[in-house]
Amino acid sequence: MIGQDLLGIEDLQRDQIELILETAETMQEIASRDVKKVPTLRGRTVVNLFFEPSTRTQTSFEIAGKRLAADVVNFSISSSSLSKSESLLDTAKTLDAMDPDVVIVRHRVAGVPRKIADILDAPVINAGDGAHEHPSQALLDMLTVYQEKGRIEGLSVAIVGDIAHSRVARSNIYGFTKLGAEVRIAGPPTLIPPGIEQLGVKSYVSLREALDGVDVVMALRIQNERLTGAFIPSVREYSAIYGIDRATLRFAKPDAIVMHPGPVNRGVELSHELTDDRPSVILDQVRNGVALRMALLYLIAGRTSSPGQESGS
Amino acid sequence: MANQSPRTQNSSDTPSGVNDPNALRGVETSPESHFRDLERVVLEDDRIRRSLMRISHEVLESNSDVESLYIVAIPNGGVPLGRLLVENIESLAQVRPGMGILDTTLYRDDLAIRGTRPRLRKTEMPSTVDDRIVILVEDVVNTGRTIRAAMDALMDFGRPRAVKVVALVDRGHRELPIKIDYVGKNIPTQSGETVVLHVDESPPEMDSGEPLLKVVVRSVGEASGTDEASSVLRRRE
Amino acid sequence: MSRVLIRGGRVLDPSTNRDETADLLIEDGLVAAIGASLSSADAEVVDASGRWVAPGFVDVHVHLRAPGQEYKEDLASGGRAAVAGGYTALCCMANTEPVNDDPSVTQFILDRAEKESPARIFPIAAATRGLKGEVMTEMAALKDAGAVAFSDDGATIMDAAVMRHVLEYSTLVSAPVVVHAEDCGLRAGGVMNEGVMSTRLGLPGNPVESEEIHVARDIRLARLTGARLHIGHVSAGGSVELIRRAKEEGLAVTAEVTPHHLSLTDEATQNFDTNTKMAPPLRTQKDVDILRRALVEGVIDCIATDHAPHADYEKAVEFSAAPFGVIGLETAFAIASDLYRTGEITPLQLMERMSTAPARIFELVGGGFEVGQQADVVILDPDQKWSYDAADGFSKSRNSPWSGLELTGRIEATFVQGRLVYQAEKGVVTQ
Repeated sequence: MIGQDLLGIEDLQRDQIELILETAETMQEIASRDVKKVPTLRGRTVVNLFFEPSTRTQTSFEIAGKRLAADVVNFSISSSSLSKSESLLDTAKTLDAMDPDVVIVRHRVAGVPRKIADILDAPVINAGDGAHEHPSQALLDMLTVYQEKGRIEGLSVAIVGDIAHSRVARSNIYGFTKLGAEVRIAGPPTLIPPGIEQLGVKSYVSLREALDGVDVVMALRIQNERLTGAFIPSVREYSAIYGIDRATLRFAKPDAIVMHPGPVNRGVELSHELTDDRPSVILDQVRNGVALRMALLYLIAGRTSSPGQESGS
Repeated sequence: MANQSPRTQNSSDTPSGVNDPNALRGVETSPESHFRDLERVVLEDDRIRRSLMRISHEVLESNSDVESLYIVAIPNGGVPLGRLLVENIESLAQVRPGMGILDTTLYRDDLAIRGTRPRLRKTEMPSTVDDRIVILVEDVVNTGRTIRAAMDALMDFGRPRAVKVVALVDRGHRELPIKIDYVGKNIPTQSGETVVLHVDESPPEMDSGEPLLKVVVRSVGEASGTDEASSVLRRRE
Repeated sequence: MSRVLIRGGRVLDPSTNRDETADLLIEDGLVAAIGASLSSADAEVVDASGRWVAPGFVDVHVHLRAPGQEYKEDLASGGRAAVAGGYTALCCMANTEPVNDDPSVTQFILDRAEKESPARIFPIAAATRGLKGEVMTEMAALKDAGAVAFSDDGATIMDAAVMRHVLEYSTLVSAPVVVHAEDCGLRAGGVMNEGVMSTRLGLPGNPVESEEIHVARDIRLARLTGARLHIGHVSAGGSVELIRRAKEEGLAVTAEVTPHHLSLTDEATQNFDTNTKMAPPLRTQKDVDILRRALVEGVIDCIATDHAPHADYEKAVEFSAAPFGVIGLETAFAIASDLYRTGEITPLQLMERMSTAPARIFELVGGGFEVGQQADVVILDPDQKWSYDAADGFSKSRNSPWSGLELTGRIEATFVQGRLVYQAEKGVVTQ
C-alpha cells in the first residue's frame, strides 16, 4: 500500500483490510512498552490537514505518527473562514511544496480528500469527508470487533441512527460486508438514504427487529442542531424510539457488544450505563484507534520511487 | 498493495514462511516442493541440535548467573532455536531462563529506501530487560543489520547488563561491526545465495513431537515466500 | 457576386424532408439552388462528398456570460465555440451582470454580437426583474429590442402566481417562456441526482420529483394561460410522460434535452469530478433511455446544450461549492450523434432536433434550406473520430466532462449567411 491513497473502504480489497488489521494488532504491543516509540518513520513528515475540527481523530493520528517517530505537523484550517474559490487548490499546492510524506485530510465536504490526492505527490489518508467515508474509524471498529469476537465473518452487525449523514456508517457497511459479516441498519425513515440496500445491507425501521440476534450494536451520533425539525421532530422522540439501553439490548445476542464512534450524546443514542460499562467497548475503540492509525502510517507513508538496496542481517 | 512484486531475499532477515499461520508461534512451514531440487542442505536436524547443546554449555560457562539470563529470539528463525536453548539450559542448570520474542522490523535501517513494507511479526517481551544478560538468538547472521536493529529495539525495553548474540549460522559478509558470541557453524556462501532455517513441525520421522530442523542454501531467485506486507494474508483462525 | 458550391454531399434538410446527394449553391449569402450537378462557374467549390450537408445548428439554451462575466466567456469566444460545433445561431440566457431584464442590455448584447460573434445571437430576456421571481419584465419593450424568449432559467420562479402572470403576459408578445423546472425547496442542497450514487458518495441528492413537480405545475399553468411553454433541459424520465400528455392535449408545450442528459448518468460523478455537476443533475440510465426515446419520438422537440462556461478555478473546489454547469457547444454533435450511430435516430431526424425544431419553436430564421433564404450551413462527418481537449477549444472555459476523450462525429465546416466561418483544418475563420 506504500505510497497509495486511502480514500475509502469501498476501494479496498478484503485482503488489504485484513493486512491492515493484522498490522494494527502487532502495533498494539508498542503501547504497552515503557518507551512507546519506534524509529520506523524517523525523518518522515506526517501532515494533519483538518478543514473541520476533530480533536479525537486528529489527536489519534498525531499520537500514531509520533509513536512511529515521524514529525507530525497539524495544519488546521477553518473552512468557513476561507473564500470559496481557490482555497482548496491553493492549500493543496502550498502543502505539496512542503514535501510531506503522507497527508491526513478531514473536510466537511465529500470528495475533498480525493481532490487533494489528485494534486499531491504524497499519499492521502481520508480522515473523514462529509457523509462519504471515514476509513480509519471503520478499520478501528473492525479491529475492535475482531478482537472481541475473534472473527468477523458470519457476525451480525446493526448500525443504528443517522445513516444518511454518516460517513462512519458507509465505511463500516463496506468494511464489515467485505469481511463477510451481515450488516443491518436502523433509523428513522428520514435518516435512511435512498438505495442503501444496494450496498448489501438490510434496512429496518424497527429497532427491535434490527437488533434481533445481532453480535454487534453500533450507535451513531445524532447531530441535534442539524437534524431537529427537518429530519426528526425532537431528540426526545428519537431517543425514545432508537435510543439503546439494557432493555432494547436484550433483543441482541447475550454477548453482544455496543459501539459508538464518539462523542456520545449520553442518554440519547446510548443510556448512561451503556456508555461507560460493558458490553460497551467505546474506550477500546479509542485505544485501538492509535494502533490502527500506526498501521496505516506504517503501510502507507513513504515513497515508492527510490530503488533502495536490500540489506541483510 | 498488490502492486509490489515479491523480492528475493539474500539473507535470513526475512526467512520464508512468515506468512504462515504458524509464524507467530515461531515455526516455519516446509518449503514448496519444487524448490527442493534447488536446495542444498548444509545442516541436518541432529547437527543443529548438537550445535545448540554445545552453545548452551558455552553460554552457561561464560554466564554463571543463570537467573539473569534472558533469551530473546528474533523471529522467525530465532524462535525455535531460542526455545531449544531454553530447554537445554534448564536441563543443564535446573533453572529455566526467561524468554522473549523481539521483532526488529520497525527498527530496520532500510525502511526509508524500500518501496515496500515488510510484514510485522509479533513482539512478546514478558519481563523487563533491566540488569539482565540478554542472549539474542538469530538463525542466520549475515550483514549484521538485523542484530543492530535488535539491539536498538532491546534498549527500548530497558537497560540490560550485557547483550550477547547466538547465531546458528554465520555467513560472513558483515557490513557493521557486529560480533557473534556463540556460533553454530560458519558457512561461507555467495552473497547471491539465501540461507534459511526450515522447521517442519510434525515430520513423520520424529516420534517425539519435536520439530525437524534443517538449514538449506538456495541460489537467489528461487526463494519461496515473501515478507512483503503486500502479499495476500492468510487469516489466523 | 460571390458564389460557393458545396458539391456532392448528403444534403439533409428536415424542413423539406430532403435526404439526397446533391450540390448546394450559395450566392451572396443566400441559398441559390439545390440539385444535381450544379454549375460551378465562378464558384468557390467545396467538396462535401461522403459528408452531411445540413442547415446550421440552432442552440436555444446557452450562457455566454457577457456582459459581466467575460472571464468565463464572451460573445466572441462563445460565437467561435458555436461555429466550431456546427451552430450558426444561439439563444443566450439572461443571467448576465447586469441581468438582461432591460432593453438596453438586450441591445448591448446584440450590438456586441454583431461585431464579435461569427454565429448569430438571439438574446433571451429575463422573465422577472433581476431574476428575482417577483416583478415581471417589460416583455414588449424587450421583444422590440430583440429578445426572442423570456426566462429566469436557473432562478426558477417558485411563486406559482408570479409564474402564472408571466405566462399570461407572454401571450401579449407571443414569445415562448423557457423554464428551468425544479422545486428549489425539494432540491434543498442537492448537488447530484438522489439515488444509490448520492448515497455512496455521501453527497446531498436532488430527487427527480423536484423536476417533475415543476414540469407538472408549469404545464397546468400553460393550460390555464394558453402561453407557449418551453421546458428547458429535461433530465427526469418522469417529466417525459407529463410532456407527452400536454402535447396530446394540444397545449403549446415544447421541450429540450442536453447532450449530457442523453449520454451520461450519475455514475460519472464517481470520482467527484465537478465537471459532472450540473443543474438539473445527471440522472440514471433509466432516465437516459427514456430521454433518448422521447427525443426520437419528438416528445422532446430539440437538443440544446445549456453551454455553461465556468473558469477552472471555480470548478477546482469542493464538489458542493462548485458552480453547476458544463460547456457543450463544441461537443454537442459528437455526443448527440451517438443516437445515429446506434441506429436509434435517422440522420434527418437528428438534424431536425438540432436545427429545424429549435428554429421553429423560437421563430428564428434558419433550420432549413429555402431558396432565397440566408445560407446557414454545416458540413460534417458523422463517423470521423477526433480527440477533444477542452484546453484547445474555442470556449474560454474548459469545464467539459468529455475533455481528453476521443469522440466520434466531427464538424468539418460551418457557413453563416453563406460565409465560411469555420473549417476543421483552419479553425475559426476570422471576420
